[in-house]
Amino acid sequence: MSTKLDAVTARAIETHRGGPGARRPSGPAGVGPGGRGDGPAASGPAVGTAVIGMIAALTAVTMLFVAFTTAYLARRQEPGWGALVMPPVLWLTTAILLASSGTLEWARRRIAAGDIRGLQRGLTATAWLGGAFVLGQIVAWRSLAAQGAYISSNQHSGFFYLLTGAHGAHLLGGLTALGVIVWKAHAGRYGVASHAGIGVFALYWHFMDLLWLYLFALLFWA
Amino acid sequence: MDALAVHEGAAGHEAHTESFVRHYIFSLDHKMIGKQYYLTTLLMAMVGGALAMLMRAHLGWPQNGTLDPGQYLAAATMHGTVMIFFFLTSILTGAFGNFLIPLMIGARDMAFPFLNMLSYWTLVPGVLVVLASFFVPGGPAGNGWTSYAPLSAVAKFSPGSGLGQTLWAISIMFVLFSSLFGSLNFLTTIINMRARGMSMGRLPLTLWGIFITAILAVLSFPVLTAAVVMLILDRTAGTSFFVPANLLVAGQVLGNKNGDALLWQHMFWFFGHPEVYILILTPMGIVSDVISTFSRKPIFGYKAMVLSISAIGFLSFLVWGHHMFVSGMSPLLGAAFLGSTIAIAVPSAIKTFNWCTTLWQGRIHFTTAMLFAIAFVSLFVTGGLSGIFLAAAPVDIYLHDTYFVIAHFHFVMAAAALFSIFAGTYYWFPKMFGRMMDERLGKIHFVFTFLGIYATFFPMHFLGFMGNSRRLYDTSTYPFLSHAGPIDVFISLSAFMLGAAQFVFIYNFFKSMLHGPVAEQNPWHANSLEWAAPSPPPHGNWGPSLPVVYRWPYDYSVPGAAQDYSPQWQAEPVAAVAAGPAHTAGPSPSGDEH
Repeated sequence: MSTKLDAVTARAIETHRGGPGARRPSGPAGVGPGGRGDGPAASGPAVGTAVIGMIAALTAVTMLFVAFTTAYLARRQEPGWGALVMPPVLWLTTAILLASSGTLEWARRRIAAGDIRGLQRGLTATAWLGGAFVLGQIVAWRSLAAQGAYISSNQHSGFFYLLTGAHGAHLLGGLTALGVIVWKAHAGRYGVASHAGIGVFALYWHFMDLLWLYLFALLFWA
Repeated sequence: MDALAVHEGAAGHEAHTESFVRHYIFSLDHKMIGKQYYLTTLLMAMVGGALAMLMRAHLGWPQNGTLDPGQYLAAATMHGTVMIFFFLTSILTGAFGNFLIPLMIGARDMAFPFLNMLSYWTLVPGVLVVLASFFVPGGPAGNGWTSYAPLSAVAKFSPGSGLGQTLWAISIMFVLFSSLFGSLNFLTTIINMRARGMSMGRLPLTLWGIFITAILAVLSFPVLTAAVVMLILDRTAGTSFFVPANLLVAGQVLGNKNGDALLWQHMFWFFGHPEVYILILTPMGIVSDVISTFSRKPIFGYKAMVLSISAIGFLSFLVWGHHMFVSGMSPLLGAAFLGSTIAIAVPSAIKTFNWCTTLWQGRIHFTTAMLFAIAFVSLFVTGGLSGIFLAAAPVDIYLHDTYFVIAHFHFVMAAAALFSIFAGTYYWFPKMFGRMMDERLGKIHFVFTFLGIYATFFPMHFLGFMGNSRRLYDTSTYPFLSHAGPIDVFISLSAFMLGAAQFVFIYNFFKSMLHGPVAEQNPWHANSLEWAAPSPPPHGNWGPSLPVVYRWPYDYSVPGAAQDYSPQWQAEPVAAVAAGPAHTAGPSPSGDEH
């Protein structure tokens, strides 16, 4: 009995030690100087780490809006949904937000070329455009209120304020981070080889841009 | 943003002394944050346990009027809320996840230590808000831990729908954010900070459990966040996402409402079902590691274990409708949810068989941790079998919202998770505090807890068959429940014994923390990497150089080896190595595996 067991145990262990059919660690997760699984050498840049963290965070944001918009789509065919005239200013704010992604990318190219002045200008423009977008969303809210559509008026208006408000809150969070980055850019903290943090931030900002396009399409056409 | 990421270098981790506040309160050290989580959630477990005792004091002898109906519903609601969100969710990831991940993968700390601190300090306001809700007019929330709309969405419904319900929603937001911050950290850390040689295929199963749990949390917590935001708006801003038309409250029809109460159930359970696996996947991992260590055998079917954890995680997103069989759904949809729910039995059975086959012919050491781990398997099977009953929609229509459901989830989720927490505590206590727990007290604690759990929850199956509704205030209301009284008395007495046994644990915990025998570096002769660090590990965990991993963590009883364990950090398993703290870190990063 016990010898049979030993054989089973030995086989299981053998498999894990590199015997026949061994599962050798392969790729960057295994041994060797890859980006991962190479502890002693991993004192270098933590950029990969920040990018992974940001992707995970954006996955969570995605699920938040999947929940909101699934509820929106499920409810919009039901009685008592209510009619709403979309404020035309939303076209303008959409253009502003798209432009802000453009200036952010321009700023990243400038710093990659070593142009710190260009970086500062691009980031500042992005911040102003982001601020203008938020103001534009408030103008849109005011124009809905002028229609008499408040958050509690009907289902449709409730969802409008919910979706734009949740997106706006995320954008304000991004603006706060952008404020720090602008300050760091002016303090000379970024250089040709040291601006990875801006790239991580750009992931977030462009994602907010895409998210808005999705919400915009939903509000206008769904 | 890169400033948020951890500094890997050994310098800076070594010599600096920290102020009291930086060390014990606003600590960035994963071990201290883990301990903060542990003690906070232990406090919440006592709150939740006290509420359960109150409920049983009432249910055993309802004629005494210990609680009035509103208080009873509030106690039930807060027992569930506190135990699920503030104890089980928070301790498994917050305490065990934070403490173990960097130690088990050979890192110095989490990927984002500041976010980690933020995670704990987001939980604390949640704890304060939920505790404060006991002292507001109308008392705490009283609509069940699921807080079904429209009861939870309209303040005028009952005392338990008032300010207490708003505070409930706010405290849940805090917990969700706290867990989300933790999960982002866990994912990033496990993906990107593993020591040299620590491939994903060499992770201890505890970490696989935590890893899949973190994925579930990232995907499901935002959905409840969305629902709770909408609930708060319904309660405070006059929206009606969850308030249906023509609702009659206190003789008045609520106007201007066109929402959908069922929407809350969908959103809640889309979160809620992954949540119950969030409460069980990490325990499954902990139990796998404890069973393997104390059987002195490799875990049976490591790959199958990883795949079944992943499969359970995936399936958990496809089964939420089985909570809503009686809420009104197309029978076709019901059949689909029935099928997906039954399918979960397959990976669950794989895990159970693998635990049994790991135990089979092992040289079993009956430590307290091992006893709790084996009992976990028993509880999981008992609760899992009643789950198959409930998964069948026709049976569920009869048993829905009865004590059968209470028995089911207290076995499979609550007690099983609790037992893994005990197993993990007795197992890792030496690493956490550098001292051993008292095994004799531990075994007394185990015996009374194990008997107490079965005596408390098993008879509830019979109450369920009788048709005893789970939120019923007094069984004497209905003639068909006339036989329930003696069963309720028995359950209450068992519950009091169960509750009293926990004081043995608390005494043991704090006595051992202060006066227990000093622990060795590797008291259980275990293989996984956390045992390579000193007990307790210093700040930075590993001294000047990070450990190197040479094998998976289950090389027990390797034939021909001089000792019955071959730790992950030892280059040669066969050579006889003097046991002791001589080999704390890997000798040289040569990368030679064999």
